[in-house]
Amino acid sequence: MPTFIKRILGLVIAVVALVGANAMMSTEGLFGFGIPYYYAEILALTGIAVILAVSLNLITGFTGQFSIGHAGFMAVGAYASVFMTVYFSQGAERWLTSLVGTTVAQSLVFLGVIIFGALVAALAGLVVGIPSLRLRGDYLAIVTLGFAEIIRIIILNIDRVGGATGFRGAVAPWEGRPIIPQYANFTWIGAFAIITIVVVYNIVNSDVGRALISIREDELAAEAMGVNTTRYKVISFVISSAFAGVAGALFGHFRQFLHTNDFQFIRSIEIIIMIVLGGMGSITGAVLGAIVITILPELLRKLPGDLYSYRLVIYSALLILIMLTRPQGVMGAKEFGLSGLKRPQRRPEGDKPAGEKGVPIAQQSSSKEVEQGKEHA
Amino acid sequence: MDTFVQQLINGLNIGAIYALIALGYTMVYGILRLINFAHGDVYMVGAFAGFYIALSFGLAGPSFLSLTLVLVGAMLIAAAVGMVIERFAYRPVRKYSRMTTLIMAIGVSLLIENLFVARIGAAPRAFPDFLGSQSQPPYHLFGNAAISKAQIVIFLLSIALMLLLQWIVFKTKVGIAMRAVSFNLNSAKLMGINTDAIISLTFAIGSSLAAAGGVLTAQYNPNIDPLMGILTGLKAFVAAVLGGIGNIPGAVLGGLLIGIAETFVVGYGQHIGIASTYRDAVAFAILILVLLLRPSGLLGATVQEKV
Repeated sequence: MPTFIKRILGLVIAVVALVGANAMMSTEGLFGFGIPYYYAEILALTGIAVILAVSLNLITGFTGQFSIGHAGFMAVGAYASVFMTVYFSQGAERWLTSLVGTTVAQSLVFLGVIIFGALVAALAGLVVGIPSLRLRGDYLAIVTLGFAEIIRIIILNIDRVGGATGFRGAVAPWEGRPIIPQYANFTWIGAFAIITIVVVYNIVNSDVGRALISIREDELAAEAMGVNTTRYKVISFVISSAFAGVAGALFGHFRQFLHTNDFQFIRSIEIIIMIVLGGMGSITGAVLGAIVITILPELLRKLPGDLYSYRLVIYSALLILIMLTRPQGVMGAKEFGLSGLKRPQRRPEGDKPAGEKGVPIAQQSSSKEVEQGKEHA
Repeated sequence: MDTFVQQLINGLNIGAIYALIALGYTMVYGILRLINFAHGDVYMVGAFAGFYIALSFGLAGPSFLSLTLVLVGAMLIAAAVGMVIERFAYRPVRKYSRMTTLIMAIGVSLLIENLFVARIGAAPRAFPDFLGSQSQPPYHLFGNAAISKAQIVIFLLSIALMLLLQWIVFKTKVGIAMRAVSFNLNSAKLMGINTDAIISLTFAIGSSLAAAGGVLTAQYNPNIDPLMGILTGLKAFVAAVLGGIGNIPGAVLGGLLIGIAETFVVGYGQHIGIASTYRDAVAFAILILVLLLRPSGLLGATVQEKV
């Protein structure tokens, strides 16, 4: 089957699956199969978590730059897009409704504000990234943390987005929508989760991706080979921030309420835990981590009596346990998927492999002494 | 003038406590190149250890002896906690990448916080006032600027502890070993230094200083809760970076500067349009400026990265 037909088929299946899943999440359900709102909300939040984890994985897992400020960029995207929806989208929506009808008009407006949120978050990423990506390791971590905290405190001091009382709709002296419309649903969130995964997958498997991975493996060596490390680090940081902004926009239009407490330090840590759990440098691992970390606390709610109050203790103990036993994450840098189920292709007779798979040629010819020498170094 | 002196006094007071905590960060970073995220929580554990010692011995009234007892007890408990964290969380992952150790530090921090929240709840507790500063009138300087007895004691005790640390690090055999390990861990090991013991001791000293900071903060602001260490810990880390991480006088200088900057934002910010809610942002703004302009910190030495 030609590739483009495969792709179109994949797209159609994805759209049908998403719309079907979304229909199941209403009270009437799809052909009578419905799930309660509580579970529907958890699934939607899982989708948002997938976007956050996969996008953070681009900068932390593939480029090797430790950022603890992802929630800050999510906040920028959320507030920027909801701000547009509440104050500046009513006129456009009315005009579009007269042209193409309500549903399409709302979708177009929502798409517009999501892109706006992503752009503002990308801009914030650029402003933060250019100076701070010159720093290495721990310093970068602490600067991103500082920026996220500053972003949060600045938002907290803007009266027009509600400040400390939270953002529910237009604030008194200014005119706009009284409540944030719930534009986001599972179809939107799922679609953007798939877009994020596809975009990150394509970046990682392109020449840009190889440059990013070379930075992760050895920044000095990459620079010596002619990779403009600062440029590539900024690129991956900006893309990662843009997707965090998308996640924020979806979150704002799903919850219909924004508060800076949702974007604290602990939120960034949670996203890091997702990719650590799944394995840094693995897209499927990040998806898995996002699903587990979003659903696990809800499952722990079901624990009997006193154990329930210990759910966060269990959660953090789990993190420590993973670090002690499997510091590269559950998946490591491996991906998993349907290709593992395929029948392995037989190698023709007489075609000997050039060496052990996955081991650089330089190491393969090495004798035991060289190996031991490496260990001592 | 009154306001200025008053803000300076308040700033130096908060700054002295930041400095005490920053010393632990700087010592651990100097030796292991690890941001010990759990250090802020050790500060919280210290405050609670003091609280429960006071509770179990029935110490409540203003008495300097009680304060000394609580302070020493809290420092010993926190030292033990610090050593346990190092032994069971950091030592096993020391050989892995720095990102692994950093995540481990975050994990330990979350575990301590959540364990305390689950055991005793997140509601603040009232720490007993050993210095009687709430009942006694404060002393006055330059007219209206007030300085309470608690502020004087906090400041003097912090300075005394910092001098003690300076003496340990620069005048004792253990201090020489600590500096050697910080300079080069493997060479120190070859010279016959028991590096594991020295690292353990570093955690013990740093943690006990953080606990002293916790008890002294509680004399100033008696509300203690399980999450008090997060923001204070982050700011103390900023102080350590500001002064030049790994540098002991730098941590003290950084702590005092952060404390003063914070109180000045609260005191003078409204005149130039900065709300007092920005007090928590100022430390991070300073951090970013310092890292961009002078990444090695105010007193730190520039280290050339070797290939």
